[in-house]
Amino acid sequence: MIYARIRKRFPPGPDSAGFALDVEFKAGPVITVLFGPSGSGKTLTLDSIAGFTTPDEGRIMLDDDILFDGAARVNRPPRERRCGYVFQNYALFPHMTLRQNMEFAVGVRPRLVRHRLVKDMLDRFHLGDLGGRRPHELSGGQKQRCSIARSLITSPKALLLDEPARGLDPTLRGELYGVLREVRRDYRIPILLVTHDLEEALELGDEMVVIREGRLVQRGPSRDIVEQPANVEVARLLGLYNVFQVEIRALDPGRNSSRLRYRDYDLVGRYIPGHLIGDRVWIRVRPDELIALPKNGALGQNQVPASLAHVIDRPTGVRLEFANEIAVEMTRPAFDKHERPKEWVVQFPPESLRVV
Amino acid sequence: MVDWFPLWLSLRVAAISTVLALALGLWVAWLLANHSFRWKELVDAAVTLPLVLPPTVLGYYLLVLFGRSSPLGKIYEWIVGHPLVFTWQAAVVAALFHATPLLIKSARAAFENLDQSYERAARNLGASEWRLFWRVVVPLTRRSILAASALAFARALGDFGITLMIAGNIPGRTQTVALAIYDAVESGKGNVALTLVLVISVVAVAILTVANRFATNPFGPRQSPI
Repeated sequence: MIYARIRKRFPPGPDSAGFALDVEFKAGPVITVLFGPSGSGKTLTLDSIAGFTTPDEGRIMLDDDILFDGAARVNRPPRERRCGYVFQNYALFPHMTLRQNMEFAVGVRPRLVRHRLVKDMLDRFHLGDLGGRRPHELSGGQKQRCSIARSLITSPKALLLDEPARGLDPTLRGELYGVLREVRRDYRIPILLVTHDLEEALELGDEMVVIREGRLVQRGPSRDIVEQPANVEVARLLGLYNVFQVEIRALDPGRNSSRLRYRDYDLVGRYIPGHLIGDRVWIRVRPDELIALPKNGALGQNQVPASLAHVIDRPTGVRLEFANEIAVEMTRPAFDKHERPKEWVVQFPPESLRVV
Repeated sequence: MVDWFPLWLSLRVAAISTVLALALGLWVAWLLANHSFRWKELVDAAVTLPLVLPPTVLGYYLLVLFGRSSPLGKIYEWIVGHPLVFTWQAAVVAALFHATPLLIKSARAAFENLDQSYERAARNLGASEWRLFWRVVVPLTRRSILAASALAFARALGDFGITLMIAGNIPGRTQTVALAIYDAVESGKGNVALTLVLVISVVAVAILTVANRFATNPFGPRQSPI
């Protein structure tokens, strides 16, 4: 179990804005994803846990060990922290072979023990035949595996990974995810992974910690965060939703309906509990729940006119982006049925309108 | 007839002072590159000082520091059995004051240029600072260190002022090449001076060529094999 409460301030410099990191979270023996945009403080958090940066205040614990405590002036050096760290560039020592890299990590042990540990670990990560190679003779995926193996051979009590999938092609990504799931199953240590890729966060993360501008904005099971973003910030950050503001014009709990004012248009939605008429609320709508049709005569119920700005091809279909910042996703055949006029209408099915 | 003793003495003095400069300078460079401590910039300035002070000033300081009546001079005499000043060992000390700052400067730059993740990785894997230094940092910067050593050697070869002040100019005992050339010119032995000048120039060019070949570090950040 990792517990971290970290505060660190960087005063504004001549050519940089100030930055303050202030986060607190726990991570159990599962894969916890630190998710957030670039520059949000994810890597800084990871580095603080590993001991590469010293927070201004706070407390970092790993199981029962205090790694850092600002008040008690405890700050254990990185070598004593037993947090395996997998670097973005793998940081395999280029002047050593894989086997020597591993032996360096094993440290001082009897020769036979050392050999057996290294051999077992190389075999486990399918690197058995490559022990004599230097890092520059390996593929990205092999380096990645070796880097993880080298961390694990020190029997760490947690594994920290800084954007491990960066620069890997989709096949290698899949392989890496497989490796990490095995590590989770076999080692039962907290795995903390930094990423700004939502798909990765969802695919790997049992738990998710969302960080933005140095602050923790939401944490919980990954599925829950995606289904139920805690606030507009998170909903926007996920990049999954159309997020916009509406004013509540009418509420009818009996018919489970509401009337919402979006710009100059009325939309009918489901009843919104916990709000009053006149409240302004944020609505999130998944792009694939919306329907887009070429504009043709008068507007029907829940339809809003929109000018098409971009058509983007996606692996799963097409994404239409409109000038009013609404995006709609549909399948390719559905899109090809239509003409391609400039003016469209977007239809909001009542159940698609969810309050953030 | 050219007396080759000054050349051998110079080479020996330069070699010994380069080795001593490595022993002294590498860890100072490591400290300066890696740790922030209170008097860091002061230490850096003190290390750079010999590069900018006139040699006679340094020579004067050393005379005061290691003279027969000074505490350090007395300790040296008590340990070794003879005074330091006006011996070839004093020439080593003189050369050291040229070689060490150069070495520290170059080694510090090399250490600071080394991709930080290697050092972090080594520490993260539980390595002591000693192990990190000898197994990771030195091998990865060895070319820069060799280049720096070559420069330090070349610099040590050429000292005139400090050597003159504390080792004197005793032919056959403390007269290095630089001093011998001066003497030869003074006493009108033009071809002796010319021979020594040419020999020392060839040696210097050879050393600089070697230094340049080593100066490109294959593990430096520019060509880091990621």
